[in-house]
Amino acid sequence: MKFFVSLLLTALLSFAACLYLPWWSIALAAFLVAALVPQKPFRSFLAGFTALFLLWGGLSFFISRANEHILAHKISLLLIKSDSPYLLMLATAFIGALVAGLAALSGSYLRKSRA
Amino acid sequence: MRIVPLLASAAVTTGLVYYLNTSHKIGGNNAPPFGTFLSPQHGFWQNAEPVNADYNADLKLPQLKGKTEVYFDDRLVPHVFAEQENDAYFVQGYLHAKFRLWQMELQTFAAGGRASEIIGEKALEHDREFRRLGMVYAAEIALNELEKDPVIKAQCDAYTEGVNAYIETLTESSLPVEYKLIGYKPEKWSNLKTCLFLKYMSYDLAAREDDMEMTSARSYFSADDFSKLYPSLQDSLDPIIPKGTVFEKQKVFPVAPPGADSVYLNNKVASIAGIGKPDRDNGSNNWAVSGSKTKSGAPILCNDPHLGLNLPSLWYEIQLSTPNFNAYGVSFPGAPGVIIGFNDSCAFGFTNGGRDVRDYYEIKFKDDSRQEYMFNGQWQKTKFRVDTIKIKGAASFIDSVAYVQLGNDWCPVMFDKSFGGVRINNHAYYAVRWKAHDPSNELRIFNMLDHAKNYADYQAAVTNLHTPGQNCVFACKNGDIAIRTQGEWPAKWKGQGDFVMPGTDTAYLWQGMIPQDEVPFQYNPERGFVSSANQKPVDDSTYHYYLGRDYPVYRGIAINRRLREMNGITPQDMMALQTDNLDVCAQMLQPLFLANIREAELDAAGKKYLDIYRQWNCRNDAGSKGSTVFERWWHAFEGLVYDDDYAKAPKGSMRPFLSTLVEAILKDSAYKFLDNVNTPQTETLADDITAAFKAATAELQKLEAEGRLDWEKYKATRINHLAKLAPLSRLNLPIGGGNNCINATKVDHGPSWRMVISLTQKTEAYGVYPGGQSGNPGSKFYDSFVDQWAAGKYYTLWMMTKEEVNDKRIIGKMTFSN
Repeated sequence: MKFFVSLLLTALLSFAACLYLPWWSIALAAFLVAALVPQKPFRSFLAGFTALFLLWGGLSFFISRANEHILAHKISLLLIKSDSPYLLMLATAFIGALVAGLAALSGSYLRKSRA
Repeated sequence: MRIVPLLASAAVTTGLVYYLNTSHKIGGNNAPPFGTFLSPQHGFWQNAEPVNADYNADLKLPQLKGKTEVYFDDRLVPHVFAEQENDAYFVQGYLHAKFRLWQMELQTFAAGGRASEIIGEKALEHDREFRRLGMVYAAEIALNELEKDPVIKAQCDAYTEGVNAYIETLTESSLPVEYKLIGYKPEKWSNLKTCLFLKYMSYDLAAREDDMEMTSARSYFSADDFSKLYPSLQDSLDPIIPKGTVFEKQKVFPVAPPGADSVYLNNKVASIAGIGKPDRDNGSNNWAVSGSKTKSGAPILCNDPHLGLNLPSLWYEIQLSTPNFNAYGVSFPGAPGVIIGFNDSCAFGFTNGGRDVRDYYEIKFKDDSRQEYMFNGQWQKTKFRVDTIKIKGAASFIDSVAYVQLGNDWCPVMFDKSFGGVRINNHAYYAVRWKAHDPSNELRIFNMLDHAKNYADYQAAVTNLHTPGQNCVFACKNGDIAIRTQGEWPAKWKGQGDFVMPGTDTAYLWQGMIPQDEVPFQYNPERGFVSSANQKPVDDSTYHYYLGRDYPVYRGIAINRRLREMNGITPQDMMALQTDNLDVCAQMLQPLFLANIREAELDAAGKKYLDIYRQWNCRNDAGSKGSTVFERWWHAFEGLVYDDDYAKAPKGSMRPFLSTLVEAILKDSAYKFLDNVNTPQTETLADDITAAFKAATAELQKLEAEGRLDWEKYKATRINHLAKLAPLSRLNLPIGGGNNCINATKVDHGPSWRMVISLTQKTEAYGVYPGGQSGNPGSKFYDSFVDQWAAGKYYTLWMMTKEEVNDKRIIGKMTFSN
């Protein structure tokens, strides 16, 4: 249950923060949620990771679908030298997930070290 | 202790965030910061515009005087209805920025010699060249001139405010994707930037000269050979203003300095160790036919300016409707008004005049400090302009450019010991006298044309055009047609400015400008049409002033030949003419080539290609193999004829113009240069033609093996993204045409806007450009016109009326009010 609560909170807080703050506010969001919702470090990591994987993966997918992947085709060729919008979405999701996961891990350790 | 893993994981997280927040060199290229760039709420995903994007908006902006409504049609062309004229320019600026900001800014950075700020050290040579040419100096003079004209100043101020109103709305996520890729942010727009953009057009259109290259050639060839290699008149020329026209009485009498024949025109001493410069071949077609030749009885005007093809396009289509005028056409993102188009009374278009208005003078400085220069027997004080060129990722470069006063004009010493650019390396001091440095107010022309109601208005408008000089075509609903070879042209004596000139006294300076009433024009000529295709404007055996040597000949011949024949013309006929792929030069040569090829000497492959050529109809259509055969054949032939003669000429020497060799062999089968000077025997035309064909055969076989024998595959026309990013470009377009065709579509250069306007009661208008209305590579409107353009098809241009606001073509409405 805590896992899903922190996953959802991380995703929501990240989304809200990114409306006003730079992209790396996802790290702050994941860190904060992990520090507030007590979980084992690995589970915190996984919650943060999954939250942003779904959020960034989902957002890029829905944006790109509405765009009929016009831009994703071009940018994937430019960035990863392969015409693959889905790979680009995966890369997006993974980068967000990794940052959030690691930030959540730190948050979790912070809680533990204070406890 | 959990403090260790805490610190460790926090450090890793911070490190990762830092890494993803900075840009890195990957495979030699700068990659954008991945975190920023990939974030779906900040990065490039935000530029992936929904294909059914909503363009409706209601904007309140205190700068506006009244209300303006903008209706976007299904091609994303805005139809702007403004209660106040200057509000229309404000909104135009806003729309240009909304759809084309990155391109607008890039062009002005390039014009002002600031490209290094964006792309780093590799742009430094470009930046130095542009600053040394005095691009900023010229723009500042133009700005000063513009500010003296209250109407144009108000127009520009409104435009600039509009651009800036949009820039102010930008957030990290709404920045154009190129800013995100390269990693910088837009600056505020200014009237100076508009002037810089216009000077960029002058650079593109009125910086055409070969003075260094001709000087080198002159230093090597005998006077007799030189005149054979660079004749000043082509027999086949069909000038813009027909032969036999009587010109206005001469009022300016340019006189060659005493001794010019020996010390200048035939001076074999001065040579420039040249490096050579890239070819520049901006051309265009325009014509107008009077009602006597059309089916409807109304005049038809056509224009297709040939320029570098890029994405986003140089052009942005727009309708501007105000209480004072209603105009439709293409505009320059970066400047207010409609540039080529039509209004409720008339239509107008341009081709480049292409005359030489940029000359170089060799300056004698007292010493390398460049503090004093010799002029009219006295040491004069130099002025310096010190430029600090900022460079991304490196220390700024400080360049000091000397300005010397030649007569009344302060001219930059563009080339000196520290800078030879791509053209020279002899460390001489060359000042540049460029017409684009002179005060002029180009925006007034377009303002007046947009308002023009008749021939008198047109004439009053275009006579403001000084540089870049253009052949301005005009047609009016009252039946008038006209063309004017407009510009403020230096009145030159024969040969003046063909070479670098001595700059130590007044003798070689320009002695005045051709008076405006001596500028050749045609108004409702007997033949029922006017036309231009960058050919020499007049037959200079009867015109009083020297016009230079190098003008393209063949498109003009093709157009005039067809226009003479045609009657009962419809707009569809005109579209067919604009997209005509007949190569008249190839047509003139075909009988000669077939008569001189010795078929018996060819192998099987050669015979096959010769058969293709024999069957060829001299049309460079997509799918034509004959075009490719001829192109390779001619290329090999030209090399065989001239390479031996130029082997010892200074590097970078001018090569003969295309028409020179064509005319020479058509008229003289014993043309001197056919002989290879390195062999004991004397080669004949047949020898060269046959040898060239054999050389071409090998290349053609290779091309055929690659599947590139078809003309369009061989030519591989492309439209490059302005940053040369291949995935954002359109490559290998299936389109015919070529250098000498009316459809002058080359590799990355060609008809940048095709327009046909029939001035019937209700104007019938057609147009297309190779791009799309949106500059955003993530928009479906980014390149939406390209396929239509490549197919030679047009769109109907809709001059919308206020009554048509509910038309089903409208996909969005923006309102602007205070």
